Amino acid sequence: MSEIKTVGVVGSGTMGTGIAIVVARAGLRTIVLDAKQEALDHAREQAAAFLAKSVARGKLAPGQDEAIMAQWQGTTRMEDLAGCDLIIEAVFEDLKVKHDLFARLDKVCPAHTIFASNTSTISITEIAGGSARDDRVVGMHFCLPAQLMKLVEMSPGLNTSDDTFRKAWSFCQAIGQKPVETRDTPGFILNYFLIPWHNDVINMVDQGIAEPADIDLAVKTALGYPLGPLELLDMVGMDTQKLLSDAMYGLTHESRAACPPLVKRMIGAGRLGRKTGAGFHVYGDNKIFGA
Amino acid sequence: MSYQIIQRGESLSFPDPHPFIDTASSMGDGVVLIGGEAGQAWRRGVEAAEGKSFIAIELDTECLGVHTGEDEGPVNVVGFARFRLGDDAPTGLVELVRKPYTDPDAVQAARAAFEAAGLVVAVCNDFPGRILNRLVRPYYNAALRRLDEGLATASDMDQTLCLGLGYPEGPISLLNRTGLHHHYRVTQALYEALGQEAYVPARRAQVAWARRQRDAA
Repeated sequence: MSEIKTVGVVGSGTMGTGIAIVVARAGLRTIVLDAKQEALDHAREQAAAFLAKSVARGKLAPGQDEAIMAQWQGTTRMEDLAGCDLIIEAVFEDLKVKHDLFARLDKVCPAHTIFASNTSTISITEIAGGSARDDRVVGMHFCLPAQLMKLVEMSPGLNTSDDTFRKAWSFCQAIGQKPVETRDTPGFILNYFLIPWHNDVINMVDQGIAEPADIDLAVKTALGYPLGPLELLDMVGMDTQKLLSDAMYGLTHESRAACPPLVKRMIGAGRLGRKTGAGFHVYGDNKIFGA
Repeated sequence: MSYQIIQRGESLSFPDPHPFIDTASSMGDGVVLIGGEAGQAWRRGVEAAEGKSFIAIELDTECLGVHTGEDEGPVNVVGFARFRLGDDAPTGLVELVRKPYTDPDAVQAARAAFEAAGLVVAVCNDFPGRILNRLVRPYYNAALRRLDEGLATASDMDQTLCLGLGYPEGPISLLNRTGLHHHYRVTQALYEALGQEAYVPARRAQVAWARRQRDAA
């Protein structure tokens, strides 16, 4: 049984919203922090739509969606996270941003609060180094779309205590996720492979080897993947892919991790993916996946 | 869409009976050349293929341009391959290869023939590795290298990729099951064509290929 009862999620973007759905769905009090009220409103709206769809599909009982959303509280005030046992950050992939966040949270939260990072590329040890409580920081990388995918890559930093890791692991299992322990290396397992793979696909489009629809069709048909790589990239967003690539390339200097020029052009054109209605494909709406 | 099948050598795309082969006729609007020597067979009989709605040449790792020429060539010729991984049976995917000068009607006619037999067609231009091999080989190489470097165990790596991305099978399991030596053969061909480090066959694939060669000697 997990000792964690109240969870803070910082950042209400695609990942933060998905993680908050998972936590609230497990019956835990969930406090979502974002600097912008409109971002919180949007996240709440998307979560409610996703859960309503789950009811319509018979995956939740009627009324359960409302009960889950009753566990969900949005806030723009960091002080509201003071009662959290665990805080999961899902903010920009920038070490300084994460250091600033955890340093401020350290002043607000009690000593027992565990800080978790949903980072997909940055070293947990480095993030923990700016937290003022590096023995209580753990990597907890959810997969996109978090509300549907079970895997969580769990990484201890060099100074993470066994007790912290055990509690975080138990929490992960308690909310119905499947934790896998990974080493604190760039990209852990998933993104070490996924970021270069996505860059390869983007370069393939840029080089005119095939159209996006044909590439997605080929991958899904031949390999049995549930999503085509360009469909998945449209969910990730070009802005995020650039951040991930820049972070990964900065750490590994592997050529396949370098951000492709087409990503920068698509960002310039406002073609970020599903969130703007167009990326490699064109979308009729910007609903969260599964809603 | 009627078509004639001409087989020259062992076919990687159609090693076993398939509706696409069964529904061919002795004479047809199109011609499909299958087998390891399909390209050579087409070059020997170019004149006989004139006037056909399409001519489809089975490809292995080579580009279509090897047979048709690069900057200009016959407008009714396309290349194709059913994607398969090593010892696995061919998948339902046909990669249909066109040149810049290929007539769209020929592409459409070939597509219709394959789709009528229940195959799925993805069209691509004439580049080494087409779509799938171009994409998956660097990824498989990276997985093999990271396994050597101790990132995680083979089963943890496979499990993470399956759980995290919904893949039906992890890369290490897939390569071991379908034959690492096959991965070497395709990847080495791509490395020779592209000259990019990502296509250098990983150590484990080199070992598998060397053992295969030794056992065959």
